[in-house]
Amino acid sequence: MLNEIKSRFLSGKKIYCDISKCLGCRSCEIACAVEHSKTKDLFQAIDETVPPQSRVAVERLDITHHTFHITQSLPLQCRHCDDAPCIKICPTKSMQKLDDEGPVVHKDETCIGCKWCILVCPFGIPKVGRSGKIIIKCDLCIERLKTGNIPACVEACPTKAIRFVTVEKVAKEKKKKFLVSFVRNGKTIGD
Amino acid sequence: MLGIVDQKDISTVFDRYKKQELHCGFGVLGLCCKNCNFGPCRIDPFAEEPSVGVCGADANVIAARNLVRHVTAGSACHSDHGRELAKLLLLIGEGKAPGYKVKDEKKLKKIAEEYKINIENKAMDEIAVMLGKKLLDEYGQQEGEINLMNRAPEKQKGIWRKNKFWPRGIDREIVENMARTNMGVDNDYKNLIAGGIRCSLADGWGGSMIGTDVSDIIFGSPQPIRSISNLGVLKEDAVNIVLHGHVPILSDMICDAALNKEIIDYVNSKGIKGGINIVGICCTANEILMRRGIPVAGNMLQQELAIMTGVVDLMVVDLQCIMPGLQELLKCYHTRIISTSSKARFPGFEYIEFKEEGGLDIAKRILKIGVDNYSKRVKELINIPKEKMDLIAGFTTENISTFLGGKYRATYRPLNDAIISGRLRGVVGVVGCNNPKFGSGRFHIDLVKELIKKDVLVLQTGCAALECAKEGLLRPESAKEFAGKGLQEICETVGIPPVLHVGSCVDNSRILTACIEMVKEGGVGEGLDELPIAGAAPEWMSEKAIAIGFYFVASGALVVLGGSFPVTGAKNLTKFITEDVEKITGGRFSFCETPKKMTEVIIAHLNKKRETLKLKPMMYEK
Repeated sequence: MLNEIKSRFLSGKKIYCDISKCLGCRSCEIACAVEHSKTKDLFQAIDETVPPQSRVAVERLDITHHTFHITQSLPLQCRHCDDAPCIKICPTKSMQKLDDEGPVVHKDETCIGCKWCILVCPFGIPKVGRSGKIIIKCDLCIERLKTGNIPACVEACPTKAIRFVTVEKVAKEKKKKFLVSFVRNGKTIGD
Repeated sequence: MLGIVDQKDISTVFDRYKKQELHCGFGVLGLCCKNCNFGPCRIDPFAEEPSVGVCGADANVIAARNLVRHVTAGSACHSDHGRELAKLLLLIGEGKAPGYKVKDEKKLKKIAEEYKINIENKAMDEIAVMLGKKLLDEYGQQEGEINLMNRAPEKQKGIWRKNKFWPRGIDREIVENMARTNMGVDNDYKNLIAGGIRCSLADGWGGSMIGTDVSDIIFGSPQPIRSISNLGVLKEDAVNIVLHGHVPILSDMICDAALNKEIIDYVNSKGIKGGINIVGICCTANEILMRRGIPVAGNMLQQELAIMTGVVDLMVVDLQCIMPGLQELLKCYHTRIISTSSKARFPGFEYIEFKEEGGLDIAKRILKIGVDNYSKRVKELINIPKEKMDLIAGFTTENISTFLGGKYRATYRPLNDAIISGRLRGVVGVVGCNNPKFGSGRFHIDLVKELIKKDVLVLQTGCAALECAKEGLLRPESAKEFAGKGLQEICETVGIPPVLHVGSCVDNSRILTACIEMVKEGGVGEGLDELPIAGAAPEWMSEKAIAIGFYFVASGALVVLGGSFPVTGAKNLTKFITEDVEKITGGRFSFCETPKKMTEVIIAHLNKKRETLKLKPMMYEK
């Protein structure tokens, strides 16, 4: 099953965001919460006794570049690190990486709620769940991937700022953009 | 038709709908406020922050304000429609609108008396002037009560006075609701809804009712009439002219002009065998269908598909429900589209302003453009679907009683008796728009079939009626095919279909007046809220539908909607309009996702009303 997931739907793909396209609309948050609700339907999810929680958070950055000041939003979720600190720290091995290229997923059943994963994550991603001693964290929508769908936040993003791609593809696009610009205009980055 | 769409790389409403999915969650839940520049604000639907907007308004205030603004906008549309007709009545009386005249003098006199006009020894023109002025005065009225609500049962009048729901003037309520929904004004969701109720009543018992009644006065009160529906009514050998929009001031005049000798000679001079074939789309189609039996090409969701048959030589539009997407089609098809209202401009359409004063001449000019365009058809693009379906339309409050009781004893007694004896469970209005969100018409068809199977007489208006017309539900034969035994017996005895088409969307006021007659006739309740009735708008789209829903709830009816209003993210508000409001007006809203669920809710409601009235059990219930 794992190999199937890996070859068909994962292949090293992760969630990356082009923040120049992020509007801060928070549609990704709603879609994530609904996907991880009991009923998986927006109208019913708002009535669930324990309201579902989003695993992605749209954060706000204030960027100052010389005299130029902008406010930029970006969606922040688990990076599914190759060498994840949360996996190393977890005393009950509840944080697991499905394989080398797969997501870091959290197993609720063995979690003791020590919250050390929250302390060691460099990005401050894991959250405490509403209904007790579980940890909330992006699971790369592994259930959706199994049925051939893309992660909920990727589907919901109205500007396609959030993408489900391999980092190699992102790098390749950047390379192309730079080379085209360089060859055409003799310009480099920052000109 | 949709097969052609794929081939041609044109977008229709159906493709554009898919592109818009998934709709913004904040929007559909009613948790987005754009009323001021502190925002736009969003409320989190899952009990996280932010739970209030910048000004401090919570989800209930935000959703209530948005809903009331929709009601106000919808009411404004209908009110303007009524205003144009009142204005025309005045012009007719003053002799300033040649080509128009009063066709139903009896109704003119009746309404004039309702407005306390002394009609003795007065000529029709004089009465028309006096009534026109009084109607227009109601629009600008500042205090008092709008008049036509006096038709309602005493019970409703008591409720409206006690709760200060009775509108003081038609335009006044629109203005006040725009004002109260501004930032920092009304922040009590119940008070906001009360304002919305008052505004909607100024529509249902004001603008819309004036629209219906004055249209009857000027263009004639409808009588049951045969016609046909669906795209198959378009003809290859005739000049096809599609009338689309709402106000019969334009469409009825175009129909008159088509019968004018000058136009007939013009068409013949071009050697066009089939002459002029006028068909309708949307509500104006209903107006000319009800009064003239003009065929209906389709409802508003088919406006683009009509053009894509390649044989529409001219589309003439006035206002409301006209999709700007039509402009794209003009690049591919020979069709010319003319817009006629200064309020409804489309950069891609041609514009000829329609004025009542020169109506006939303008109509003739427009028709000639259509005739001239016949020769520009592109043969390869011609593709007329074969589908067409018979229908009967033209039912009104006044003539339903004639049918039931006979010409000399017009009465609602047989209807009430049927309900009391258990042959008929009740009467339900299935009205409103068509919406890809809910099945593009399928919801209507499934619901109506379920209801008539359970011995419910169905009244219909608007695009909902046109959808069921295409399915054949407006034929008397459909009683045998789909209706329950009790309803079948009534239909066979009286000679009516189980589904009665009562007109355009402003003609929803006919459903109100029919209910009044039922109460007056007696035995089925002392007030509108006691009748075994309900309203359903399963595929609502327009703000006008929200206004209509509100005035029916305000008048005591259960109104069931497909999907929901954009309020469900605001829990208290949702409970208020779906439960608590029943204690105030006797009516309430209900939100249902499927025809099955909607049928359950409606039947349970009718049964409850029957039980309270201690009516006999249903005759043919297993």
